[in-house]
Amino acid sequence: MSRYTPPEQSKAGQVFDIAVVVVAIFVALWLPLKLGLAGAAKSIDALDAKTWEALGQNPTMASIWEKLGYTPETAHDIIQNRFHYVIDWPTLIIMAAVLIGYFVFLFRASDREYRDVINEKFDDK
Amino acid sequence: MTIALEPAAPAAQGDRVSLLRVLGPAHVWALGVGIVLVGEFTGWNFSADKGGALAALIVCWVVGLLYTSVAMIDSEVTSTVAAAGGQYAQAKHIVGPLMAFNVALFLVFAYTMLEVSDAILLGDTIVAKAGVEGLTHNSFIAATIVVLAWLNYRGVLMTLNVNFVITAVAYISIVILFFSVSPWTQGAVLKLNELVTPGNALPYGWIGVIAAFQFGIWYYLGIEGTTQAAEEVRSPARSLPYGTMAGMITLLIAAAMTWYVCASMMPWEYLGITYYPLWDAGKLTGSPLLENLLFVATLLAAMASANGCINDAARAWFSLGRDRYLPTWFSAVHPRYRTPYRSILFLLPIALAFAFIADLNQAITFSILSGVLQYTFMSINIIMFRKKWPLGSIRRGYTHPFHPIPAIVLFCLCVVTFFAIFLGFGSQLIAMVAFYFLISLWFHFYRYKFVRRGDQFTMPWPKPQGY
Repeated sequence: MSRYTPPEQSKAGQVFDIAVVVVAIFVALWLPLKLGLAGAAKSIDALDAKTWEALGQNPTMASIWEKLGYTPETAHDIIQNRFHYVIDWPTLIIMAAVLIGYFVFLFRASDREYRDVINEKFDDK
Repeated sequence: MTIALEPAAPAAQGDRVSLLRVLGPAHVWALGVGIVLVGEFTGWNFSADKGGALAALIVCWVVGLLYTSVAMIDSEVTSTVAAAGGQYAQAKHIVGPLMAFNVALFLVFAYTMLEVSDAILLGDTIVAKAGVEGLTHNSFIAATIVVLAWLNYRGVLMTLNVNFVITAVAYISIVILFFSVSPWTQGAVLKLNELVTPGNALPYGWIGVIAAFQFGIWYYLGIEGTTQAAEEVRSPARSLPYGTMAGMITLLIAAAMTWYVCASMMPWEYLGITYYPLWDAGKLTGSPLLENLLFVATLLAAMASANGCINDAARAWFSLGRDRYLPTWFSAVHPRYRTPYRSILFLLPIALAFAFIADLNQAITFSILSGVLQYTFMSINIIMFRKKWPLGSIRRGYTHPFHPIPAIVLFCLCVVTFFAIFLGFGSQLIAMVAFYFLISLWFHFYRYKFVRRGDQFTMPWPKPQGY
């Protein structure tokens, strides 16, 4: 197998490639934050009676909350802010499909490239 | 970690890096534990928020099993593929260039977002300690990231030696706290039985335990960074397994002590939302000495971690440039300081930007996502490694026992962790994987043409079986 000689990349081409990578990073990481898509479903299950007992705190727990500077009123939103785990099946299926598709593509495309590497490396000898 | 980079040669001749073999197992230990230890000071406790205090303990052990598998697998592959770049070099030699490109990106994002988390923690801790109304964490975050990047720009030998010392101080502070609260008696300072009761141990049931996996990863995330030193250790076959496994044992002990003290001193609802559980534990002892010790230790752990992360992320990015997977512009080495300065400078504004737009648990999740993608790769990689070069066909520095059980355990726990991330950050996970997918298409169909094929395989091994 003849040795592959890659083309030299121009400065403009390098700058363009760097820009592509930067834009891709920000779109992937920043956009979900901007659109408010990150974060679990948490909501406050409000109670009318804001006492340590109503909040499910025993005397030991209540004394620690107070040592930390909280009252039943100020601790209410922390204690009652709960997750509500619901499995959204369509999203789960999409996520699984995207993950599996990604890894399948990754290993198959890598294998094609790897064969180039092995052929060139070992045919040189 | 001592890294000496030679000035870049013209791209056409290939940029080479020469690394000094001066490290021993203790340095490998310090590199791994230095990056990870901050996880005991913040982050792990969000798993209590997800599933309760008992869930945080369960994931501490089960995720410990995940990382023990990571350490076993990594020790075998890296002690054999003793090349700079850690998992990146492994992927190049075992799976192929596209996988190597992705693994390097996993490393860069895991470490950069970990650095972001460290900076946010440091800023918030200082603001909380100052207690000055109107004071924000922004200037502290910016100063942390810029100063540490500058230190890395100037050279890493001194900064990583300092890392060793501050990691040791932070670790010792956990041990001091543990023994100061009389861990052998309940009721005086520790009140586990009254804080973790049958009624609140698992407030969400077993789905909460699974959800807690997301932040359970934070107990140990980054221990795999020990492999970045593969080309700099005097004896990879000895130092890497010993250093990595010693690091895991150290972290398992620290994680167990941290959980025991914190769960015995704070209600799980508070433990799950605080940014500084160990510092809070120090405050709750009533001892100003312990409070100040844990405050300083939190800052030191965050600094040590951020410093190691900048170092490792920049090296992974530099490697991509050196191998022409990204523009060769990134492979330049500073003529005086012999550091990959362009990679350090390129990643600096990205870290700064995300430190200002993401909050702590979002930044942690970004890091965890890239980490779990990498561990999934590792579980498949070891199977391929044993298949392409069976035992006896090449000299291995270390052979991990019970193969393929660690690989299967690792893969299964990665699947569980993906599900846990789905329960909180499913859209984020899809967005990130879509990013990796698109950037992989870009690499495979466009960028790969700039890569020199045969140069990607540098180990003196026979041809892999099946090729």
